[in-house]
Amino acid sequence: MRALNCDCKVLENIRLNESICLLKAQWTDKDHCPKAGQFYMLRCWKQDEAPLLSRPISVHEWDAETQTISFLYEVRGEGTHKIAALKTGELLNLTGPAGNGWPVEQLLGKKVALVGGGIGTAPLYQLAKELAAKGEKPSYFAGFRDEPYRMEAFAPFCQTTALATDSGRFGHHGLVTELFDPKDFDVICCCGPTPMMKAVTKLALEAGTEVLVSLENKMACGIGACLGCTCHTKNNGAISVCKQGPVLKGEDVYG
Amino acid sequence: MADLRVNLLGKTLNGPVIGASGTYGYGVEYADMVDLTKLGGVCSKGLTLNGKPGNEGERLWETPSGLINSIGLQNPGVQHFIQHELPEMQTMGTAIFANLGGGCIEDYEEGTRLLNDTPVDFIELNISCPNVKHGGIAYGVKAESAKEVVSRVKAVCKKPLIVKLSPNAESIPEMAAACVEAGADALSLVNTFQAMAIDLERRQPVFKNVYAGLSGPAIRPIALRMVHQVCKTVKVPVIGLGGIATGRDALEFIMAGATAVQVGTANFADPKACNRITQEMAEWMDKNSVKTLEEIRGCCL
Repeated sequence: MRALNCDCKVLENIRLNESICLLKAQWTDKDHCPKAGQFYMLRCWKQDEAPLLSRPISVHEWDAETQTISFLYEVRGEGTHKIAALKTGELLNLTGPAGNGWPVEQLLGKKVALVGGGIGTAPLYQLAKELAAKGEKPSYFAGFRDEPYRMEAFAPFCQTTALATDSGRFGHHGLVTELFDPKDFDVICCCGPTPMMKAVTKLALEAGTEVLVSLENKMACGIGACLGCTCHTKNNGAISVCKQGPVLKGEDVYG
Repeated sequence: MADLRVNLLGKTLNGPVIGASGTYGYGVEYADMVDLTKLGGVCSKGLTLNGKPGNEGERLWETPSGLINSIGLQNPGVQHFIQHELPEMQTMGTAIFANLGGGCIEDYEEGTRLLNDTPVDFIELNISCPNVKHGGIAYGVKAESAKEVVSRVKAVCKKPLIVKLSPNAESIPEMAAACVEAGADALSLVNTFQAMAIDLERRQPVFKNVYAGLSGPAIRPIALRMVHQVCKTVKVPVIGLGGIATGRDALEFIMAGATAVQVGTANFADPKACNRITQEMAEWMDKNSVKTLEEIRGCCL
C-alpha cells in the first residue's frame, strides 16, 4: 500500500503542557487506515512557505469507528509551531500512512514491554491499544525529563505502568532502563532518544530478549523517494527508515 | 485548452514536467498521489554500474527556501534497476529517463551498454553529482573532461542521450557547447549547487563530506540564468530545472528557451507538485491565449 496525500479537518488541537500537544484529525479514506507505528508527513503551511519540508509525526491513536487520527507531538521548531497553532475546523495536509508500523500479529502470545522516552512514547499508545484489544496487555515503562504526559491514558491497556524521570519529581528518579529486567519479557518495543534506544537494545540483547526500535531520522519525502533517511543496518544493508522502517530490529540498527 | 505536450528528440512527452532524478524515486512511489500519465516523464535515481550504499552521517539540511542534500548516489546498481525497478516504471504510462552517474569512464560505458537493450526512453548522463568523489562531478567542472566522457558514452549509446550539467562548471556556456560537440542529443540543467552548513553546537560541518548540494527555490533565479545562457549557446533541446515550484516558475524556464522542465525539491513540499505545476501552466496559457508551449518557448532569448 502506498501513501496518500489529502487535506484533513482538525477536530481538536490541545496543549498538554508547555511543549506537548495532542491533535485529532479526520481521516476519511477507509481503504488506507493507519496501523500502530506508522506515521504521516504533516503540513499546514503553503508549499512555498518555510519550513521547506513537511514534518513526519507518528500516529498516536487511530479510532476506526470515528475515523480519527491523533498525533501527540512536541513543539520544537518552526514546523511544529505552525501545527500547534492549528484551530478546530482548519485543514491539515497529511501524506501517509507511511512506514511499516509495529508487527502486532508477531507480538501476540509473547510477553511484551513497551519502553518509551519523552515524545517517543507517542507511537507506543496505539500499539498498547491494539495488543489490549487482542486480550494481551503489555507492560509500559516510560522515561521523561520532568513532567510526564499520557501515563493515565496507557493504564487501561497495560498490565503495569512505571515511570522514571531525570528530575526525580515524578516516579523513579533515574533512567527508564532501571524500571525493568529485560529477562522478564520476550519482546521489547522501544521508541525514544537515540542513547535510550541504544541502551535498551544493549540490555535486551544481553538478556536474549528481542528488541524493536522505532527510529526518527530526518526525511524529506516520507515515501521512499529521496533516500534522505537511510539507515545503514548491520544485516540488511541501506534501508529507508520511512518505508522499510521506522520499526526495525534493535540489533540491526545498534548491534 | 492549451496543449502542453512536448516533443523531445522525436518522442512526444505527455507534458512538460518531468520528475527530477533523486527526488522521484522510481516514480512508482508517487503513483497513488500523482497522475503519472500527465507527467513528461520520470528520471530514475542516479544509477551507478555497481550500486552504492550512499553517504554516512547527515544527509538533509533545510535552509531558507532550500534543501542541502548529501545522499551520495545511493542506488542498487544498473543491473538491479533493469531487473527490478524498471519493470515497475514501465507501468507508469510516462517516459522513462534512466539517470546514469558515477565512476570511471569505463563504468559509464558499461552502464550505457546495459541500458541500451532496455525499454528506457532516454539516458540522462549525470556528470554533475557533487556528493560522491567519483559521482561525476569531476567530469562536470572542466569542459575538457566532460567532452571525453560524453564522446565515449555517445559512441556506445543507442538511446537518446541527455547530459545533465552541474552549475559548478567553470563556464556553463563552454560546458554546454563541449557536451553538444561531444555528441549530447540534449542537455538538462542545473544539478545542485555545492553548498555547506555548519552545526554550531558541535562546531563541525553538518555533512561528513563537508560540502553538499543545494536545491530548491533558493537556486531558481541562478538556474534560470544558466538555462538562458545555455539556450543562447546550443541548438539542442534543453531541459531546465532548479527550484521550480509553481507553474509560473516553469513557464519562466520555457521562455528562457527550455523544451521541458524537471521538478525536484518541490515534490517534497507537495507530493502532487508535478501535476499541480502542469495544471498551473495550463491555466496561465489559457488565460493568456497561448495554445502551445512553442508559442512562448525562448521568447526571452
